[in-house]
Amino acid sequence: MTAHSPTQQTDLWRPGATLAALRARAETLRAIRAYFDAAGVLEVETPLLARFSVTDPAIAAVAVPQAGTDSGAARATWFLQTSPEYAMKRLLAAGSGSIYQISKAFRCGESGRRHALEFTLLEWYRLGFDQQALMDDVANLLAHLTGTRNAIRRSYRTMFRDGTGIDPVHASDAELRAAVQRLVPGWDPDALYDRAIWLDLIFSHALAPTLGHDGPEFIFDYPLAQAALARRSPDDADCAARFELFVGGMEIANGYHELTDAAEQRARFAADNARRRQLGLPERDADPRLLAALDYGLPDCAGVALGIDRLLLLLQGRQRLEEVIAFAGERA
Amino acid sequence: MATYSTNQFKSGLKIIIDNDPWAVVENEFVKPGKGQAFNRVRIRNLLTGRVIERTFKSGDTVEGADIVEIELQYLYNDGEYWHFMNPTSFEQIQVGPEVMDDAAKWLIGQETCQLTLWNDRPIAVVPPNFVILKIKETDPGLRGDTATGGTKPAIMETGAVVKVPLFVESTDRLKIDTRTGEYVSRA
Repeated sequence: MTAHSPTQQTDLWRPGATLAALRARAETLRAIRAYFDAAGVLEVETPLLARFSVTDPAIAAVAVPQAGTDSGAARATWFLQTSPEYAMKRLLAAGSGSIYQISKAFRCGESGRRHALEFTLLEWYRLGFDQQALMDDVANLLAHLTGTRNAIRRSYRTMFRDGTGIDPVHASDAELRAAVQRLVPGWDPDALYDRAIWLDLIFSHALAPTLGHDGPEFIFDYPLAQAALARRSPDDADCAARFELFVGGMEIANGYHELTDAAEQRARFAADNARRRQLGLPERDADPRLLAALDYGLPDCAGVALGIDRLLLLLQGRQRLEEVIAFAGERA
Repeated sequence: MATYSTNQFKSGLKIIIDNDPWAVVENEFVKPGKGQAFNRVRIRNLLTGRVIERTFKSGDTVEGADIVEIELQYLYNDGEYWHFMNPTSFEQIQVGPEVMDDAAKWLIGQETCQLTLWNDRPIAVVPPNFVILKIKETDPGLRGDTATGGTKPAIMETGAVVKVPLFVESTDRLKIDTRTGEYVSRA
């Protein structure tokens, strides 16, 4: 019998990334800060460990039990943040103006060539920007970092129709099922009837890998079911003002023209928790501080999160996240 | 038997799917930015050797397969079954022709083989990588012809047919690579 171990235990003290990769990483972070300094965007820091997490059923936070207090108060569970979005929106509501942050984020159970439990996010918000203006801003940042400007844009519906011949919003169940069978080998569509999962399957297996091969490609106006924290699109009533950026088949950024309506936000959190119950996942308290900030008033803004580690793969022509992170995965 | 979640799928893990035992070859985590995460898994059927791709929802669980790999010594063939012995416990196991498959044509006796057991039943036999066999029949050797690169068929003592160089004599013993079925050298 042969046993393969990609890394000997004794080698795990060494960084997985070369020193050249780590120097290039530092250089990229400096260039990002220079871009935002020049644009007058304020750098901020928000907590990594927080009392509340996100309701999104597809995101699992790392739970961190807190010791009980001397007064005998019950032990509380806190969470490592999965994105700095809620805390940054509280700053925006408090009058910060446009802000950016480079921080660690943590997502349970995510590991692979392009996924790590602990990773680095660049997240920023621009007052008065809409979806299209923020895509311009992301394209400008990429041009600043790479020296080339060649990004293109397609709406999600156009991209989906181009790739499958069907419309993601209006396709019948039968059409979607047939598309899953045709495009995703090894998946039995009847094993699980769920349109949202069928769309995710087709998009992540058959469409996303084809995007951004002729330069960066923005996909915008996602179906409302995938709105997350975006407001409704002004151009397509079935869609939300949400975009993602793909390069070489890999998603590297996700942005919204932000939802500012507190009542709508409460309804989406409740729907997330209903979905969590249906899936047998633990419910998560809707973050009352975010909701209070929305009640107080979030200024009109657009925000985006960009995966720094994935960006570094592209800039350095590397394949695996552990090649750009000093101590990823087992080495942590 | 234990159950395994998709995030425990590692290369070599043995699992049950559609009532067959499979080995995980490769496991790739696939996730849209916002939405359902999947594991795209390549698996090899331990009964047929066929490799297929399956997609699971991340967090789905499957039953583990009770697979054991052991090294046993081949004893003899009684005309119907091939008999193997555990060299430490002397326990014997018999294996039918459908499981022996190609392994049968390389064995004369005493070889140490790797057997795969599923729920204690043999499902695969792998012979040693190299075996040494006598020739039963081949055309006479062309003395001195070591350069032309021509080959001729040789029937080995086990019945296996191997392509050999023209200079090989019918009295030679040959070393053969069982993974490719190719002649390696005279032994």
